[in-house]
Amino acid sequence: MAKIRVETTINGEETEFLCNGQESLLEVLRDGLGMTGTKEGCTTGDCGACSVVVDGRLVPSCLVLAAETGGRTVDTIEGVADGQTLTPVQQQFLEHGALQCGICTPGFIVAAEKLLEKNPNPTEAEARYFLAGNLCRCTGYDKIIKAVLDAAAVMREGRA
Amino acid sequence: MSAATDDSNRKFKQIGSRPIRHDGLDKVTGRARFGADFTLPGALQGVFVRSPYAHAKILKIDTSKAEKVPGVKAVITAEDLPELPMSWVSQGPAGVDSGANQRVILAREKALYHGHAFAAVAAATREIAVEAGRLIEVEWEVLPPVLSVDQALAEDAPILHEGQKTEGAGPPVEGDTNITNQIVFEGGDLDAGFADADLVVEGEFETPMVHQGYIEPHACLVNAREDGTSEIWCATQGPFGVKTETATLTGTDPQTIKVTPSEIGGGFGGKIPVYLEPAALALSRKAGRPVKMTMTREEVFRGTGPTSGSKMKLKLGAKSDGTLVAADLRLDFEAGCFRGSPVGAACMTTLSPYVIPNFRILGRDIVVNKPRVAAYRAPGAPIGSFAAESLLDELARKLGRDPIDLRLQNAIEEGGRAKYGPKFGPIGFKETLEAAKAHPQYKTALEGNQGRGVAAGFWFNAGMQSSATVSVNPDGSAVVRTGNPDIGGSRASMALMCAEELGIDVARVRPMVGDTDSVGHCDPTGGSRVTYATGMAVIDATRQVIDHLRARAATMLDVELDSIEWQDGNAVAVNGASDKGSIPIEDIARKMGATGGPIVASASVSPPAAGPGFGVHVCDLEVDPETGVSRVLRYLVVQDAGKAIHPTFVEGQYQGGAAQGIGWALNEEYLWDEEGKVENAGFLDYRVPVASDLPMIDTVIVEVPNPLHPYGVRGVGETPIVPPLGAVANAMRDATGVRFHRLPMSPPRVLDALEGAE
Repeated sequence: MAKIRVETTINGEETEFLCNGQESLLEVLRDGLGMTGTKEGCTTGDCGACSVVVDGRLVPSCLVLAAETGGRTVDTIEGVADGQTLTPVQQQFLEHGALQCGICTPGFIVAAEKLLEKNPNPTEAEARYFLAGNLCRCTGYDKIIKAVLDAAAVMREGRA
Repeated sequence: MSAATDDSNRKFKQIGSRPIRHDGLDKVTGRARFGADFTLPGALQGVFVRSPYAHAKILKIDTSKAEKVPGVKAVITAEDLPELPMSWVSQGPAGVDSGANQRVILAREKALYHGHAFAAVAAATREIAVEAGRLIEVEWEVLPPVLSVDQALAEDAPILHEGQKTEGAGPPVEGDTNITNQIVFEGGDLDAGFADADLVVEGEFETPMVHQGYIEPHACLVNAREDGTSEIWCATQGPFGVKTETATLTGTDPQTIKVTPSEIGGGFGGKIPVYLEPAALALSRKAGRPVKMTMTREEVFRGTGPTSGSKMKLKLGAKSDGTLVAADLRLDFEAGCFRGSPVGAACMTTLSPYVIPNFRILGRDIVVNKPRVAAYRAPGAPIGSFAAESLLDELARKLGRDPIDLRLQNAIEEGGRAKYGPKFGPIGFKETLEAAKAHPQYKTALEGNQGRGVAAGFWFNAGMQSSATVSVNPDGSAVVRTGNPDIGGSRASMALMCAEELGIDVARVRPMVGDTDSVGHCDPTGGSRVTYATGMAVIDATRQVIDHLRARAATMLDVELDSIEWQDGNAVAVNGASDKGSIPIEDIARKMGATGGPIVASASVSPPAAGPGFGVHVCDLEVDPETGVSRVLRYLVVQDAGKAIHPTFVEGQYQGGAAQGIGWALNEEYLWDEEGKVENAGFLDYRVPVASDLPMIDTVIVEVPNPLHPYGVRGVGETPIVPPLGAVANAMRDATGVRFHRLPMSPPRVLDALEGAE
């Protein structure tokens, strides 16, 4: 079967790849492009470990066909930090110890960045509901939510 | 200096601080490499082919059509592994059966659960391998499945393992049976105890099979090389176990296998056993190519070890003043398809937190046509604790007593005997109960449809074998190397202990997890043992390094070794030589080459015991009587950590264990159809708690030092999942007036119970 040629923009860089019609964006990112920061937890859109942003929208990359991303922008965990500088979300995850095993962390950070872009001052409940699509089995979410709320505060101060 | 030095009055400089974990950066940027993130040029994709029946004899397997599919490079069945006989070898309360372990990986005589792997295929792509797997032809003799304790014990029950007799103590069982083993603990005079009781409470309890639910599916990459050696990269709690187990199950010399552990995406006990590696090695050998195997989430649910479902019966007798006098407990645990449920540990833990002079405990390990269980965080203890803490709550209600006071009155103390024999050393149970009682949450007023539940529990914690190597770099920084995969921040704890001893900043200690060729043997990351046991090895190795540093400094200062003390990263001349001054570690390190060469030391430990950890949980919960939906409003975990090395990660263990226990109590369960197929093999239908289900989880770290560790450390990872089942059930009782005997207390069950109560 002939492969599909896809031109897309990943983390701001024009990228070209070949895929077959059934391959998910997650598979192409991890296996085709070697971008293994995006994690696979279920391939059914239930765990959020593979969260990425496509054209500004938070999506589980396991449910997006790679071929669909032609002409779009894709943002992954590898593009979150600004060069050598961590974002407040990443920094607060470290400060709070908001990870234990770390497998869900990339998905949480991608989702939390999106939350704070849409809502710079979320309540605890808003943060919990926005992040309800990301499963963490280690932390009980306590430190994750605190990290996200503190990151929001740091970002608001930065803008003020 | 030995690691057993008494540091009980020591003023720590870094222990108890909260540095950023050394591996954190790679984990917030996506750089950290987990099990599925490894590949090699030419790697094939391997998949298992799984049984469509829960119980069926395998009469014949024909793989010829699959082998002919273009792109298929190898197909294996149990015939490709050297047959190991089924044979149980006891190891403390647990044991091992290599024949069973091999049959879990590839079914031989029978498929024993729906989804039991019976063949594996390696091909150029996963799609080809899956497609080829469908062409494998099997002649099955389908048998009726055994899907519960009751079915397994029925008069005419199908027998999973022909010739299976009941081992152990307890009432004799005639003929072939599904009860593989019985365990009995007795003390005092049970009849006299109940005769002496003013009040008796009893109940039968049931818990479902539940899964650890780690977010990372099992994954490995295996490269069998031409010279018979092989390399394995995999997500595991125990790389040395992967090495020896893969060797045993494939008939390979273990010294030819090197295992490199990846970062591990959760385990909770479920990544101690091996599933993929022996099959991947056999495929790689047959194909002459590296083979990567990754499970799907569905396979994780269907084909890896959850923890036991159970049926339990408990009767408690007490005096009218609340003193416990008698307990009669029966625990029936589903082992899955082979012996090995954690019923032994449940027998040991369930009643041991309390002084009960007259007791009888009977535990039965029962095989059913479900996946063979694996360890899950304090294996067995939460299940038994659910029964015990529920009935203690009933007792407190009947006596009109505060539930914490009733537990304080009966709490075991140092010198008290556990129900399985030994006496407890110093433990912090009473301190923990008192801290819970003093916490503001315990006094918070409750409103309508709200309830509060208390429960306690403990876990032994493990010692086992560990080793560590510490080396000094020429700039005076250090590297600490162990063989324990870091599943929750243990690198930071190892670095903290090394830094504390050396007297250098923790940021100047680089902790690393080595492969099986680069570090001494370490038993798995499990049993809440790493900070305790591996930490002791780190402290010992660091103290040896300090002895080397002192010796070098003595040479450099031209004084006797006895005149050099190590103080805050400096070799200081004392004892009449104080005019010689001191040398900082950086200067000693820089001159290592001239004073004797690089400084490096290793140490190993094998502590037979660890200090048990006690915990007390308080759950505040609200129930919507219209829908049966419950919501945890507040949750408190109080636990004795002995000494918290990195409090952030101690709190993390408390919170994470509580969340898993809350999920177990309220929502999680395997659902089986009549033929034994799992109906909810995915995260949509097997519902683990999400962020919006939970409140903040408050924690109190009690520190009653463990005399077995130089800093007083107790393991903290497992205890936090012991009390939640009881705490949530007791809160539900308080909120609804209904005593729930069966988990999970999911909305439909709660609604049914509320309607029944009307």
